[in-house]
Amino acid sequence: MAKRILSGNEAIALGAFEAGCTVGVGYPGTPSTEILENFCLYEGVYTEWSVNEKVAIEVGLGAAYAGARTLVTMKHVGVNVAADPLFTSVYTGIKGGMVIVTADDPNMHSSQNEQDNRNYAKAAKLPMLEPSDSQEAKDFTKLAFNISEKFDTPVFIRPTTRISHSKTVVTPASKVDKGNAEIGFDHDIKKYVMIPAFARERHKVVEKRLIELREYAETLEINRIEEGSSDIGFITSGMPYTYLKEVFPDASILKLGMVYPFPEKMIREFAKKVKKLYVIEELDPFFEEYILSLGITVEGKKLFPITGELDPDIIKHAVNKNAKDKSIKISINIPPRPPALCPGCPHHTVFTILKERNMIVTGDIGCYTLGVLPPFSSMDTCVDMGASITVSQGIEIAMGKNYQHDTVAVIGDSTFAHSGITGLLNAAYNKRHSLIIVLDNGTTAMTGMQPNPLSGELITGETALALDYEKLGQAVGIDDSNIRIVNAFKKGDVEEAINSLLDTKKLSLMVIKGPCIIDIRKKKKKAKKD
Amino acid sequence: MSKIKNVLMVGVGGQGIILSSDIFAQAALNAGFDVKKSEIHGMSQRGGSVFSHIRFGEKVFSPVIPKGEADIIVAAEEMEILRWAAYASSDTKAVISQHRILPTGVETYPEDIRPAIDKHFADNIKVDVEMVKEKTGNMKFLNVVLMGIISNFLDLPHDAWQNAINDLVPKGTYDKNMEAFALGKSLA
Repeated sequence: MAKRILSGNEAIALGAFEAGCTVGVGYPGTPSTEILENFCLYEGVYTEWSVNEKVAIEVGLGAAYAGARTLVTMKHVGVNVAADPLFTSVYTGIKGGMVIVTADDPNMHSSQNEQDNRNYAKAAKLPMLEPSDSQEAKDFTKLAFNISEKFDTPVFIRPTTRISHSKTVVTPASKVDKGNAEIGFDHDIKKYVMIPAFARERHKVVEKRLIELREYAETLEINRIEEGSSDIGFITSGMPYTYLKEVFPDASILKLGMVYPFPEKMIREFAKKVKKLYVIEELDPFFEEYILSLGITVEGKKLFPITGELDPDIIKHAVNKNAKDKSIKISINIPPRPPALCPGCPHHTVFTILKERNMIVTGDIGCYTLGVLPPFSSMDTCVDMGASITVSQGIEIAMGKNYQHDTVAVIGDSTFAHSGITGLLNAAYNKRHSLIIVLDNGTTAMTGMQPNPLSGELITGETALALDYEKLGQAVGIDDSNIRIVNAFKKGDVEEAINSLLDTKKLSLMVIKGPCIIDIRKKKKKAKKD
Repeated sequence: MSKIKNVLMVGVGGQGIILSSDIFAQAALNAGFDVKKSEIHGMSQRGGSVFSHIRFGEKVFSPVIPKGEADIIVAAEEMEILRWAAYASSDTKAVISQHRILPTGVETYPEDIRPAIDKHFADNIKVDVEMVKEKTGNMKFLNVVLMGIISNFLDLPHDAWQNAINDLVPKGTYDKNMEAFALGKSLA
């Protein structure tokens, strides 16, 4: 097959398709989003945007129980949401292969933290593979399906933003594989019903499996020693491997394609071959702590930063303090270009009003988080998906009698569906009084326009349910008069609704509707094409 | 191993940097090279700085260009070339579109940009965007004009470019894009 240039995300989608994967589920999140958007384009596959990552893993697990090879995708923080089913899925195992992509974001190009999800592989006790380019992203995805079925466990693939978004050359396969499992659900309560009596037995299976996986890691081709100079050796994986090859082409390298569990013998053998050993890894000292636990001396985080991404220059200068570069150093200041709400964005109205009112605004995850920056400067908190609605409740509780009805929770439509509805229910149930504003622009804009349960469309473009805000508000017990839906482009209406809802001093649900300007443009373009 | 060619393309969200770097990378692949391209999507869409590293040669490891190693920097927006100057050395060729886009909150375009460009980039080609607009009829073609300029300094056969442009530009715009490419080629 002719070579193609693919992003890491496109390559993972292709790898899953070539592996005979027929089910793809996930929740959008940079840098993972394009995996499912691409997987969706292949013949004969089912793809869905699930409501959130927890739901995605559970739907994926059911599909895997019933024998389908299943791909589940999310960004690193999505795994936090999905951690509950993740840990126990390792106990039940699967039937059809199940691969979970955690796309990590060192340097937080578009995230609220830069947690290192290799720690999840260790904590939940499942294998994790980490590719260094798009060819590996494709090959490792296929391998992960095989490992999943061979060892009866979900398997993680961990690309980082640089892998997911960089484009490199890939050779597609000429044929599509088939999973080893037949489609069909087999009753097996001791495997699939995790009551304590059965789960205790399954935990033993998990520990035995880990021992077998450690043995397997020693022979796995994607863990490899590249012999070079015996003066210095590096243990590394993923994107940093390519940086190392760039700056120290002659060094000895132990490249770990499987980053958990570790090949102990291979690491010991490699350490003996070189005079000075370094471990190069982005974020946490994950390999380093393990290597030190083996009693092996290694240089790691004392030299290399624990925060942000690495790059060829950071590695070069950390190892060789005298290294020079011929970079141009400019002496003038270049004005920054901070990201901003697009011209014509429907969210301008509400943030302009909130700025004038000087309220406590609990914010959420999405484009509208940019409301924190000038010229609006009207957001006070942003933690995780859904936290706008719940953090405002905590503020009200702590303020007690002194609560001034001056908090507003601001949340986007997709985030509301993801984790806001439970918070809304909590507010109604626990008798809170704040104003909740949903900014509904008809799409999941931040991640590049994915449909969601409020936009009335599926990933395939098919028409679907669009949740009725009024009925939802009524169902949780909000008075009809405290539910308002207004047009984002009518500033007077928005202002009047905010004022009158705040005046009632009761729990209120307000929806500000206005389509995303980029989405409109995108749809016009598409209509023209069709 | 033959030397790897390093080209850094920079600009502002909405200028089409990603599409033109896709065309370039495809042209390098069409010519039989290994090629890697690195960029970050997400926040940049919202008016931010956009960059794309393109590296091609017999075998490329890092998709990220080491500092000071860019052979060519192409800037679709004037001041952006200086933002990324750390990737350039005094040997770097600079192709600079004189298109000026004010950053949010900045009222006048800084006057020290042009002198700084001349000071740091001795080997530079400045592209008059009014001329591009007049000759191609649309600023959208600026990027392909820039590709035409740099094609003079890269050893990629014409049909590699032609096929890449044919594969990647919107249907029905191929001829106009090839004219823009030819215009660029004639400018250096």
